[in-house]
Amino acid sequence: MAESQILSPGTTAPDFTLRSAPDKRLSLSELRGNPVVLAFYPADWSPVCGDQMALYNEMHEEFAEFGAQVVGISVDGVWCHAAFAKDRKLRFPLLSDFEPKGAISRAYGAYRAEDGVSERALFVLDGEGVIRWSYLSPPGVNPGADGIFKALESLSGREQPARSEAPRLSPPETRP
Amino acid sequence: MSTLTPPVGEGDHIAGPDHAPVTLVEYGDFECPYCGMAHPIVKAARRKLGDRMRFVFRHFPLKEIHPHAQRAAQAAESAGAQGKFWEMHEVIFEHQHALEDEHLVAYAAALGLDGERVARDLADETYVKRVRDDFRSGVRSGVNGTPTFFINGERYNGPWADEARFVRALEDAALVGSK
Repeated sequence: MAESQILSPGTTAPDFTLRSAPDKRLSLSELRGNPVVLAFYPADWSPVCGDQMALYNEMHEEFAEFGAQVVGISVDGVWCHAAFAKDRKLRFPLLSDFEPKGAISRAYGAYRAEDGVSERALFVLDGEGVIRWSYLSPPGVNPGADGIFKALESLSGREQPARSEAPRLSPPETRP
Repeated sequence: MSTLTPPVGEGDHIAGPDHAPVTLVEYGDFECPYCGMAHPIVKAARRKLGDRMRFVFRHFPLKEIHPHAQRAAQAAESAGAQGKFWEMHEVIFEHQHALEDEHLVAYAAALGLDGERVARDLADETYVKRVRDDFRSGVRSGVNGTPTFFINGERYNGPWADEARFVRALEDAALVGSK
């Protein structure tokens, strides 16, 4: 199976404008000035994604402390996102990489062409829109938030700079 | 590899001997149904391992999806300040569907604790930070849902719902840990 090559630290994050609601669009450039966490994920409603988004949702206080904006991106349509966000009470926007399908995910190297969905990939951008940390997770594994947290800490100068680590490999999730 | 950060220390709720070769840490949410399912399995493991294991519970309330989880964790801390964290932990897991403040206070009183003090601690949000500190340590440690277990500091990614396998993983860690 071909492994995606996601954009690496030091790369300027490709700008995009995607729908965040049936009548709303969000551009990455609007978020300049503060750290941004881009969380590409395969699909709304699937158990692992749900857990992952629920975790980021719980961390809104922590993200707020870093002034960071979290954004979820998948190929699901806006109405699907709206229903999912309402059900999970999500406090951050979900963007639809819907038409042309997966174009932005591809630009980040985070598209799984054989399945037609985004990879489970994380990017932390600094206030200038430069990728400072990125991570590709196996699709069945919830990557947690420790990597994001460390990257944000390193951006804010609270701790030593994050090493550009090779992706952690953990065995697949086995939650009942 | 996701590693427990910070390691088990004085601020933790620890059951079992300090010198035990295995330390099992659970990040849990009192309202989470999976944590409720895991509770008897953890108890069974504790019985089987006996003095060879110490058990630590840290809070990881997913309060957006479990509206009572945070208050239940604070009530457990309040009971802990009166010396009965583990008793309260047990009662709460046995009553996951009745976790309003008045229930929590009543459980504390039934354990012989000062229920009014628990009510006051809940009203004053006395243990909000204590619970949040646990949550943050979980985020740092790579907790990605509840329950998440750590065996001797490393995240356990195997299936906890399979009691035999879970106990075997702990037994294996006991052998390594006692070398």
